[in-house]
Amino acid sequence: MEENKKKLYTLLVYSENVAGILNQVTAVFTRRQVNIESLNVSASSIPGVHKYTITAWSDEDQIIKIAHQIEKKIDVVKANYFTDDQLFIRESGLYKLATPMVLENPEISRTVRRFQASIIEVNPTYTIVMMHGVTEDIISLFRALDTFGCVLQYTRSGRIAVTRGMQEQVSEFLEQREQSI
Amino acid sequence: MRALQAEGVKTIFGYPGGSIMPVYDALFDYTRGQKKCFDHILVRHEQGATHAAEGYARVSGEVGVALVTSGPGVTNTLTGVADAMLDSTPIVVIAGQVPIGALGTDAFQEVDLVGVSQPISKWSYQIRHAEDVAWAVSRAFYIARTGRPGPVVLDFAKNAQIEEIDWEPCKVDFVRSYVPYPKLDMEAVRQAAELINHAKKPLALVGQGVELGNAHQELVRFLEKADIPAGRTMLGLSALPSTHPLNVGMLGMHGNYAPNLKEQECDVLIAIGMRFSDRVTGNLKTYAKQAKIIHLDIDRSEIDKCVKTDVAVVADCKESLPAITELLQKADHQAWRDSFKPLMEKERTKVIEPAIHPKEGPLLMGEVVHAVAEQAPDNAILVTDVGQNQLFATRYFKYHHKRSICTSGGLGTMGYGMPAAIGATFAAPDRTVCCFMGDGGFQMCIEELGTIMEQKAPVKMILMNNHYLGNVRQWQDMFWLRRKSFTKMMNPDYAMIAKGYGIPYLALTERKDLAAAIRQMLTTDGPFILECAIMEEDNVLPMTPPGMDIDKMMLEI
Repeated sequence: MEENKKKLYTLLVYSENVAGILNQVTAVFTRRQVNIESLNVSASSIPGVHKYTITAWSDEDQIIKIAHQIEKKIDVVKANYFTDDQLFIRESGLYKLATPMVLENPEISRTVRRFQASIIEVNPTYTIVMMHGVTEDIISLFRALDTFGCVLQYTRSGRIAVTRGMQEQVSEFLEQREQSI
Repeated sequence: MRALQAEGVKTIFGYPGGSIMPVYDALFDYTRGQKKCFDHILVRHEQGATHAAEGYARVSGEVGVALVTSGPGVTNTLTGVADAMLDSTPIVVIAGQVPIGALGTDAFQEVDLVGVSQPISKWSYQIRHAEDVAWAVSRAFYIARTGRPGPVVLDFAKNAQIEEIDWEPCKVDFVRSYVPYPKLDMEAVRQAAELINHAKKPLALVGQGVELGNAHQELVRFLEKADIPAGRTMLGLSALPSTHPLNVGMLGMHGNYAPNLKEQECDVLIAIGMRFSDRVTGNLKTYAKQAKIIHLDIDRSEIDKCVKTDVAVVADCKESLPAITELLQKADHQAWRDSFKPLMEKERTKVIEPAIHPKEGPLLMGEVVHAVAEQAPDNAILVTDVGQNQLFATRYFKYHHKRSICTSGGLGTMGYGMPAAIGATFAAPDRTVCCFMGDGGFQMCIEELGTIMEQKAPVKMILMNNHYLGNVRQWQDMFWLRRKSFTKMMNPDYAMIAKGYGIPYLALTERKDLAAAIRQMLTTDGPFILECAIMEEDNVLPMTPPGMDIDKMMLEI
């Protein structure tokens, strides 16, 4: 596949809450040697249904096939793919900074404020900064803080996303299924 | 036992071992005396159990069952599971597992079965407690047989086999996350019918989906109403009788010349229950680019997977075919149909005649298959192994009856033939089962001769011995500068092997004895081995070299 045709796609996968589904979902990526960029798994708003938010670089042709192959798994309820403009997207970043350096250099606090990040814990040794946003913002803050040499640890979460459309496809689908019995 | 009984299981192919002993102990009572409701066929290797279950399923249309122990018992079945997955064959493999308390401790004969079988099965589940049994077994059979069929693996922990509970029957016929039969989209049906009604040169590609959907009559009505010539995939060979006037032959790499060339000329291509395997399409970049593509399949993930579709009708073809037929205008495409004839004739003179009626030289596979097909009853079942034997057998056998072919299409599993043939004899005891094998594949599951001996399974084994792994040898000759790297094989004395197993045997070397030898094989009760001394370096033709455009089919080398 030509690299320049690739885009970052987000897959929203809904499954029954049974053991081993994650394995089956990731196996679909592994088989095609597509790297998962980020992955978030949690209970969804529907009781008993888990939601997976997966991002991966792909072209549309391939991501359609991946979505279909995932949805084919018996205990997967739905698998749909989206581009960024179809979703509200958030990620979180956590930055552990050395408190003495933060106190020494006021520019560090200014940077934190400029990015609208928040300081959630301070003690004499370290300061924890948290930020919610899209990938680029979270990385930018890291890069900015890193230039001060004050970052002790940094981590970024997987993406979580909700669709911009009005429909809740999954609950409708499940309702239809229950009615079809 | 009661869960299996509830699913209508009659025949179980299996091999006992430590972790499945409680089930086998119960089976003892259910296979004899007053409680008898199953036949258990003791195979000689667990791979054989799965292939036998596949052969059983392919011929009967019911779910085949394999019962094995944990660890090596079940890893031996994985080839059969993968085979059943690629060829959409409904089987349920029930395997023992160590007690749940011992899981993850590297206990004796422990293997992470769910982990290893997930990517190659339709569903894979661990039964951890006795109260799960009724639900899991019912769900397994439901998933295996519905929608696009496939293999299901049950990993049955030993503690769950022993625990005593009050039996509560459970019937699973709904899984909310699984839609086996998608609702027919009438708009797609209308679009498909419109394309076909405007077609001047329609061509249908018939796959195993028609057999699995039991849509044989629906197919014939569809083809006849719009006068559409039809090619069949290897797995779909008995979906349409060989003698039907609209049947234009087999598709693919070693299929017939006319349909392969016409795929590149037709204006509307209607794929019915087939998945555009690379062995059918050749080079996808050039495949049927001139045609509008209609794809009928029960599995949505097959749509656009290999070939971009203009109209997709996602449904059971038992439902979609009549719906489309309803909207079709009666048509006559005689000129188009006639245009197949010169190509068929060309193949007949250049390839078929020399293959089935050679004048001199050693015996050829083609003539052996042809001669068997001439004498076998119309409802005979063809079972093949994999390789040249498979390609000659599928090309030259005749199909009159539905569910008449068992062959490993997708996975291409050598060793499949003999055990699958055993399964076929249990699925249809009144039909003749002809199993063509090469000397390579015959030896890959040769241990199943023991099962044939014990069960007196009436498998007519035609061993086409050319002392080569013939298909690989052919490729070496064609694409690897004739460097025959490890394809020549030293063979045992098959007469002595047959004698050891007490199976009637005949060696055939002379062309003049061919008809009589086949008569003897077919009229002998029970199993028979007919070893044919085949020309060593014959090639299967025609052939589209792998990855080439499908119409670049070679009639000679």
